[in-house]
Amino acid sequence: MRSRTPRATPAPFTFTFDGRRVTALPGQSVAAALWCAGILAWRTTRHGGAPRGAFCAIGTCFDCLATVNGRPNRRACLLPARPGDTVTTQQGTGHDR
Amino acid sequence: MTADLAVVGAGPAGLAAAATAARLGLRVTLLDAAERPGGQIHRHPAGGPVPRAARRLTRRLPYAPGGRAGTSAPGRAGAPRASAASRDRDRVTYLPGHHVWTVARDGDTWLLHAVAGVDEEPAVVRARAVLLATGAHERQLPFPGWTLPGVVGAGGAQAMLKGGLALPGRRVVVAGSGPLLLAVATTLAAAGARVPALVEAADYTAYARHAAALARNPAKLVQGALHGGALLGRGTRLLTRHAVTAAHGTARVEAVTVTGLDADWRPVPGTGRRIPCDALAVGHGLVPQLELATGLGCATRRTPDGTPALEVDAGQRTSVPGVWAAGETCGVGGAELAETEGEIAALSVTGRTSAALARRRARLRAFADAMAAAHRPGPGWTDWLDGTTEVCRCEEVTAATIREAVDGLGARDARSVKLLTRAGMGWCQGRVCGPAVARLAGHDPAPDRRPLSCPVPLSQLAQPPGAER
Repeated sequence: MRSRTPRATPAPFTFTFDGRRVTALPGQSVAAALWCAGILAWRTTRHGGAPRGAFCAIGTCFDCLATVNGRPNRRACLLPARPGDTVTTQQGTGHDR
Repeated sequence: MTADLAVVGAGPAGLAAAATAARLGLRVTLLDAAERPGGQIHRHPAGGPVPRAARRLTRRLPYAPGGRAGTSAPGRAGAPRASAASRDRDRVTYLPGHHVWTVARDGDTWLLHAVAGVDEEPAVVRARAVLLATGAHERQLPFPGWTLPGVVGAGGAQAMLKGGLALPGRRVVVAGSGPLLLAVATTLAAAGARVPALVEAADYTAYARHAAALARNPAKLVQGALHGGALLGRGTRLLTRHAVTAAHGTARVEAVTVTGLDADWRPVPGTGRRIPCDALAVGHGLVPQLELATGLGCATRRTPDGTPALEVDAGQRTSVPGVWAAGETCGVGGAELAETEGEIAALSVTGRTSAALARRRARLRAFADAMAAAHRPGPGWTDWLDGTTEVCRCEEVTAATIREAVDGLGARDARSVKLLTRAGMGWCQGRVCGPAVARLAGHDPAPDRRPLSCPVPLSQLAQPPGAER
């Protein structure tokens, strides 16, 4: 019979942001993991090229859009981080060359 | 399968409604955009269990504390499972990660169309009755520098901390208006952040004019709350009748300017002072999310803080037969009021009433209305904008461009401003800039009208409805 084990602390894992390794906890959003790494901006605006990151943090404002695994326009505040994700700064619409 | 009741939103109102309806024998489908129940208030720490405050509400959900949902929670080995709670759980179908984007009438039932999961799969739920408990988002008033990284929503900062265990910086100024700010400052300080200042645009003594319940000594209550949150002991300055009128920095916020306000929230010249910080958590109350309801034609009312909310009767019925609403969608009032309204709505769906619940709702609503009146933004706040302030963050539309549309081109409402300037036309569909653009156009915001409540893949719009859940 299997003995009861105490609830394990969730094991951290890593993903990359613009090539840099970032540590995340299971259940953490991409935005939360980036904040914990001291990163506040992961998008540049379409017209002014200004840096943006999480603002409303509940999926309403769309300021936190990032390119995740090659797909642009992902809301980093809602998207759970996964081991091995490749997150890059989204330039403009994310479809610009 | 046709559900007796579809509940949209698994915050306090939706959870209370689903649990009550299941107890009364209804088959309930509960749809929620988030992956885990509790709404914006009862957030789960990353990888952690259901927060204690939400456990009472989720007990009757088919929800396993390990995080999986959609099936009945496994009982303890050997324990009998024929309890009332487990019988109720069997009546609830819980669909997390389902963002309902529209509700449509189909004969004498309703069809709820949702985008499901990170892969945005289509999902459709059919139900005989609908209860909208879609909550609220934060109201923002723009100011110079508010688009700098490190300037974040006050509720957002709290959400990131409670759900993501993340802080935007070490020294965080908390500013704006409303009772949420005290909670946010306390939460940030408890997590180890320094909060150099709590900046409130209203005056807490305004409570005294409105609510007998609060009247005794509101300033003392606020000081008490600050002490309770160990804020004053850590050097937090409380500045009422003040606002952050500018954020400074290049790549991120490095300081804010705090300025005294008159009774209309107009900045008083010569009162500005600079406070160094590396983040700013800012918000000016909450705005109910109404688009699913207004899409169905539900009537709205204006709450004492100037925002539209749903008009409901004593049984939480909207003006559209078969559609109920509860919680912040009916006017912002906090979790306890939301739960009460959720229970009342579920009773009402089955033709029942409760005098005790009605009394509690009246008491909490009166309190909420008094708070809303005290924190209603004064019209003078637009004086702290400069021409280059981006009012619409998505489309990068400045205050000068909007004023030109109003003063030069004759726009008289937010919709005309949008058509002329693109303000409110971006990703967020005017949720963030809407109240500000309306004020710049000279009026209070109109009820939201958005045919789709969230981004929907074109393939789903083009397809006939998918299989019903």
